[in-house]
Amino acid sequence: MSDEVILQVKDLKTYFTVDEGVVKAVDGVSFELHRGETLGIVGESGSGKSVTNLSIINLIPMPPGKIAGGQVLFHGKDMLTMSPNEIREIRGNKISMIFQDPMTSLNPFLRISTQMVETIVLHQGLSKEESKTKAIEMLKLAGIPAPEKRIDQYPHQFSGGMRQRVMIAMGLSCNPEILIADEPTSALDVTIQAQILELMQELTRRLGTAVILITHSLGVVAGMCNTICVMYAGRIVERGRTEEIFESPRHPYTMGLIRSVPRLDQETRGRLYSIPGQPPNVIDLPDCCPFYPRCDKVMDICKKKYPPTVPFEKEQSAACWLYAKEAQNA
Amino acid sequence: MPDHEILLDVRGLKMHFPIRTGFFSKAKNFIYAVDGVDFQVRKGETLGLVGESGCGKSTTARAIAQLYKPTAGEVYLNNLDLTKANGQELLAARKNMQMVFQDPYASLNPRMTAGDIIAEPIRIFKKNGLMEASKDEIDDRVEQLMEKVGLSRFFKNRYPHEFSGGQRQRIGIARALALNPELILCDEPVSALDVSIQSQILNLFRDLQDEFGLTYLFIAHDLSVIKYISTRVAVMYLGLIVEIADAGDLYKNPLHPYTEALLSAAPIPDPKIEAKRHRIILTGDVPSPDKQRPGCNFYDRCPKHMDICKKVRPALKETEPGHQVSCFLYHKPE
Repeated sequence: MSDEVILQVKDLKTYFTVDEGVVKAVDGVSFELHRGETLGIVGESGSGKSVTNLSIINLIPMPPGKIAGGQVLFHGKDMLTMSPNEIREIRGNKISMIFQDPMTSLNPFLRISTQMVETIVLHQGLSKEESKTKAIEMLKLAGIPAPEKRIDQYPHQFSGGMRQRVMIAMGLSCNPEILIADEPTSALDVTIQAQILELMQELTRRLGTAVILITHSLGVVAGMCNTICVMYAGRIVERGRTEEIFESPRHPYTMGLIRSVPRLDQETRGRLYSIPGQPPNVIDLPDCCPFYPRCDKVMDICKKKYPPTVPFEKEQSAACWLYAKEAQNA
Repeated sequence: MPDHEILLDVRGLKMHFPIRTGFFSKAKNFIYAVDGVDFQVRKGETLGLVGESGCGKSTTARAIAQLYKPTAGEVYLNNLDLTKANGQELLAARKNMQMVFQDPYASLNPRMTAGDIIAEPIRIFKKNGLMEASKDEIDDRVEQLMEKVGLSRFFKNRYPHEFSGGQRQRIGIARALALNPELILCDEPVSALDVSIQSQILNLFRDLQDEFGLTYLFIAHDLSVIKYISTRVAVMYLGLIVEIADAGDLYKNPLHPYTEALLSAAPIPDPKIEAKRHRIILTGDVPSPDKQRPGCNFYDRCPKHMDICKKVRPALKETEPGHQVSCFLYHKPE
């Protein structure tokens, strides 16, 4: 991990217009990604993790979606204002993605070779033969046995774990600077998950790829990521280095989340800690802290205004009135 | 082993599904989803059943509930063999055995209100003359159940789509409780839920167990959930139980190489521990259960396999009091 910032997301807002109103799926998200860093984005379903990342690479269906504001700077250039051609140069090449469901993200009608060669020919300007050699080499790196034979098979001939390996090989085939992995192991079994995570970690380290890992599993981020962003109702509520987030979480939501997971390495007697209530509906959210109805440290001001982001030591920050000076003055 | 009252006794349960190539053709082959499992569930305990997808956990639960007709084996609930029970006996037995399913979106009828869904088991029993209940009594019972599972009784007339995933799971639990069963078969009841909701539902399961003295057969693939909820844990692999032990014992002292690998593969939400952990990474995938192996089902992936494992299937045997394992590392073949 170096100090060079390769991706900077500034105040990103992605809204969806539906019959009931405006869904503010992502509402002012900012973060930075350094070269070689693994950044985890954690949150529950509907918190805006996936939409954030689809917005980065311009894959939001519009309409009903709309990028209502913000910037996504990749090496200083705003990706949100680029032409479709410019985006296509980056997407799949400099920034590639792995999706959750390896069953649906491969085209069932095409051989693996066709799908992999297509990307490499397009982005690397190699000939078909050279691309195929490169593809076989990538599959081998991804731990697929007999890649020369397997490459001419169809997706249904691979198991779930193997398909995710193919996706990883494909995603890394153009030496991307950033790999966005959206719940890459959530559809997989525990032992296969361990295989895939280890593979991702090893390959991205070797190739120096930065990773944005989207997941709902705290266990996965703890083992994989350098930094973590915790999202709730379309915003980042806490951010920091992995050790700090787990050791001294500041936002009540992060604290609750960490405490409510039963632990394999500890005895949990009696009741589990649980955050009461439900995640909010993000349609027409009022401008207050969206977590206040579930928060055990709620104050009056939380119900009136969205809290500012308060910085702590070691690059940690949290959006909570508990730490804001204005709240103490009020 | 101290004496425990056995509520559910499963003996040699097998569930094979035929693979047919055409509608009228004879079965060419079988999927050996469950291939001979024996276990007992004691009154008042929670037996956790854990394993990866395709290992036969759900099939086991469904075969116990007689939603599938088991290929072989016996299932005794309160000393009645359900596999041989006739329709009326089975219906009566189901009063004591209810199920909670994984997907709260698919397991509730979208055209019925929450109140009707919860009342349905009672109405069915009433219709079959197995229970007396007036309309008012049913209404009272439904409201009482809803409050028990943490739903407001004012939601009685709402439809499933008006509820969130966690609330729907509560409706499913209320329905399972409607007949005051002794045993609830819970098939991955929390795996479709978010972390913060999952802990609420796990607490609910515990509270209900304390209040009504329920017995659970609790299926999950998440090892930490199983550890939290279970008294004893059975680990399944490819249609067979490979290890059964008290929860604490199993997690502290896993014997079967598969259990060891499973425990070491599960991520722990603590970066310090994660950095130091030694993982046993299993190679390969879970093989397809479409053939019966002469030896140990785990042979191909086992880091400790021996020659004998390929030829003879290890039996599930007690190695320490209350700890059964099927592995030749711990007992010699007969």
